[in-house]
Amino acid sequence: MGRGWIWLCLLGGWAAQPQAARAADTINLIDLAELSGSGATVGTNFKNGADLAVDEINAKGGILGAKIVITHWDTQSNAGVAKALAEKALDAQPYALLGPGYSGSVKVVAPLAADAGVAEIMGGEAADLTRAGNKFLFRTSFGQQSSMPKIARYIADNLKAKTAAIVYVNNDFGKGGNDSIVKEFDKRGVKVLLDDSTEAGQADFSADALKVKAANPDVVFIYLNEEESARMLKELRKADVTKPLVGETTLIGQKVIELAGDAANGAIGHVGLTTDAPVPALKAYRDRFFAKYNYVPDHNGIKGYLAVYMIKAATEKMGKIDPKGLPDALHGLSISAAKEPGILLDVTIDGNGDLDRESFIGKVVDGKQVITEVLPKLNP
Amino acid sequence: MANFVALLIAGLATGALYALVAVGFTLMWQTSQTINFAQGEFVMLPAFFMLAAMNHGAPYWVALAIGVGLSLAILGLAFKRLLVDPMLRHGVLPLAIATMALSSFLKESVKTFYSAEASPFPSPAPSSDLRVLGVAVSWQSLAVLVAALSAVTLLQLGLSRTRIGRQMQAAAQNPTVAQILGLPVERLILYAFLLNAALVALASALVSPIYLAKFSNGETLGQAAFIAAIVGGFNQVRGAVVGGLLLGVVENLGAAYISDAYRDAIPLFVLVVVILFRPNGLVGRAEERTV
Amino acid sequence: MTGAAPGRIAIAAGLAVAAALIVAPLFLRRYGLYLVSDWAVMTIAAMGLNLTLGYAGQVSLAQGAFVGVGAYSAAILTTHGWPFATAMALALALSFAVGWALGYPALRVRHHYLAFVTLAFSTLAFLVFRNEAWLTGGVEGIDGVPRPSLFGWSMRPPLAYAYFCLAALALAAAATAWLIRSPWGRAFLALRENPLRAQSLGVDTRRYTLLAFAIGSALGGAAGALYAPLVGLVEPPAFTLALSLNLLMMVIVGGSGYFLGPFLGALIAVMAPEWLRAWENYYLILYAALVMGLLVISPTGILGLVDRYALHRMAAEASAARTALKPSIGES
Repeated sequence: MGRGWIWLCLLGGWAAQPQAARAADTINLIDLAELSGSGATVGTNFKNGADLAVDEINAKGGILGAKIVITHWDTQSNAGVAKALAEKALDAQPYALLGPGYSGSVKVVAPLAADAGVAEIMGGEAADLTRAGNKFLFRTSFGQQSSMPKIARYIADNLKAKTAAIVYVNNDFGKGGNDSIVKEFDKRGVKVLLDDSTEAGQADFSADALKVKAANPDVVFIYLNEEESARMLKELRKADVTKPLVGETTLIGQKVIELAGDAANGAIGHVGLTTDAPVPALKAYRDRFFAKYNYVPDHNGIKGYLAVYMIKAATEKMGKIDPKGLPDALHGLSISAAKEPGILLDVTIDGNGDLDRESFIGKVVDGKQVITEVLPKLNP
Repeated sequence: MANFVALLIAGLATGALYALVAVGFTLMWQTSQTINFAQGEFVMLPAFFMLAAMNHGAPYWVALAIGVGLSLAILGLAFKRLLVDPMLRHGVLPLAIATMALSSFLKESVKTFYSAEASPFPSPAPSSDLRVLGVAVSWQSLAVLVAALSAVTLLQLGLSRTRIGRQMQAAAQNPTVAQILGLPVERLILYAFLLNAALVALASALVSPIYLAKFSNGETLGQAAFIAAIVGGFNQVRGAVVGGLLLGVVENLGAAYISDAYRDAIPLFVLVVVILFRPNGLVGRAEERTV
Repeated sequence: MTGAAPGRIAIAAGLAVAAALIVAPLFLRRYGLYLVSDWAVMTIAAMGLNLTLGYAGQVSLAQGAFVGVGAYSAAILTTHGWPFATAMALALALSFAVGWALGYPALRVRHHYLAFVTLAFSTLAFLVFRNEAWLTGGVEGIDGVPRPSLFGWSMRPPLAYAYFCLAALALAAAATAWLIRSPWGRAFLALRENPLRAQSLGVDTRRYTLLAFAIGSALGGAAGALYAPLVGLVEPPAFTLALSLNLLMMVIVGGSGYFLGPFLGALIAVMAPEWLRAWENYYLILYAALVMGLLVISPTGILGLVDRYALHRMAAEASAARTALKPSIGES
């Protein structure tokens, strides 16, 4: 008789599974996100941003009257799993695919989406993703081929640096950035004295800081994730490195400033997507995100949010709900934040799926991020 | 030269952290042949208990007490009773795998129920630096070093000088005979687990200001503790300290002077060399074989 | 005798499962076919680990790295135009050789220190995959790994490749079964049960342990060679210690030392995210809790549990038979 209870419990558990809602006139989005494994922070933030966007849009009546239903599947930060899930997702014929965030996973998913004719709006930043001629792949942030030239130019022209030391994290995010910046430095005659790789999740940066100090470059380029950036800044301060420290969004975000404290002052960064920019729409987004999730979003949180609004803007331009027409509607689309507040910043999507958007040069002054320069769109 | 000293000191600071985590690991192996693959997560978890308490308004020291208390209850008592006791007599490996599952369980639980983001964690030590021999050492690192060494010294004294300590050692070396002699072997093993729970709670409070409280903290710390324990000598508490400090220093010097891209391999290289030439670790004694 | 019936039931069940495996892929769509292929590949790797762990009693923490070695070998060769057969041969040979090289000095020292050497190799392999971009494509890995052609038929369609993987699994299983029934296999078992006694009987424990480990690693390499065309991309993060630990968990959960253990363990590991998908966010927590619960109930894994139940039933039946016979025997 005891064993019967076990069967009842199992049956009950199986029956208690939450069922996915499926109505006739809905827009089904499937998000392939890194919810576990090394990319958990990336995927979770992307998911939260996307969910927030979906909630907002549905509250206002959906897209052209159709509600959005979004499901998130965990790729476990594994390209094989991402590929399998992509197959499964495409079997379900979604309106569009979101994610993944990891460039390796994007590389296996993109051809499948292209074969099926489904638009894929993802968070990967590797330069070569949009150079493969895939007409169905779209970015939500700058590719490294767009951001690195801007930084290199700033370092060579504004800071007048002749030599540089690079510290990067040795995964596809950091290595891709490193390869790009090394090429750009080469083009501009900036000599790389030190090209130092670090590990994701590394806690002790004293060795790296001392190597930088010994190299004595004109400028230090730092391309790490947020927590590691904070630790590196602290170590550089301890090692008495006084040269300019330049990086990207991950170097001068609010979280990094909080974690690094004093050591963050003076750091300079090129920021594409940040809730610290002096743009009211971004600040408002940060407040809404914080209200819902109780923490401040990083750039992945913004990417997820934008992906959904990009779909909304393109669908409204088409005037009908047509998954096959979505990729073409996205190509060449210019979305203005005045007309579509959800897009946060004016953006134009080009024929390769790359984005043209204004960006900022920021500097940490007295514990606050201050925008010192606005870099306009390439084609305003 | 100044660089070398700076690296050495920084390495010792990190090594002290590894030592603290490795000590409990060694203790559990010595007393009950438990290989705890979740040790890293054990260090990660108490910080979140403390953060949760602080979020509800508790001051630091109260939160610390709550963290230690919950750690004793969950990572000490519950862990032993629910997971270790039923499995121990079936050999080392199934329990080791179960602790692997446990580590995943704890990590994912924190990620889902608390946050996937890193949270700053307060430290009783000031966050500034001290200048020693022209080199900057952070007060926090010093605090870790002092705390780790004191904890281990106290532990070592406790194990060798007090009656209970010696009983624990006896129970570890030969549980059957100890039982015949009337020692409460089960209870002594429980003490070892509780001790580990206290140690990891302490380590958690020391580590989290530096590493920041994040659900994934356990991964690197766990592996480092494992290597430190083996290198130092798996059957000696002293070994954990030696192993930990050595590991921290070697990691740092290796990253600076040998290779940055292969820095993760250097501690393992040391591990392999040590066990090939000194199978019991640097400080370890030869284990008695039960035939 | 109650012994024969369970044997016949087992064979019938086995044939039914085999038939299901042959027929099922025809009814599956792309995702299902991927899962079947993935399960086959993981089972091959787990079978190798089972040989090392379950039969020879050695803990290897590098099986994931050997899968990587096989995957990269296959990727490098096939993207340069070499045929798949050559790639598979290299994967097998290289994994075997590396396994032998790793095991040789470690076993000279102490029986269970192979675990540590394999741990070191696991990290080293990952770093080599990631850092040596000239060979392995570095962080980005190697993309566009082609699927093989068999007698002119391309294995590119998911259905074809799924059958290819299943066939490979059948081959590997047959080879492993033959190995276990051979004198070598009996030597492995002797090693596991009582190494001292085996040694006293003249079994060269070191050589047989090394052989088991090398063959187990070779199977890992073979699995890797099949994995590369399945996903199409080989990149370093797929072959970290996490994969080795996952494979270890598969072997233990299925039942270490049982021939079908890896099949079951791989099935659970591959299908768990699917079965638990309804609980979305919580599925990993649930999976970990289930594994812990299973191990507490049965440290010898699922097949250990089945075995225990079967023994329990046999004992109960025998005891009932004895009781029934008591009056006629005249015992009081």
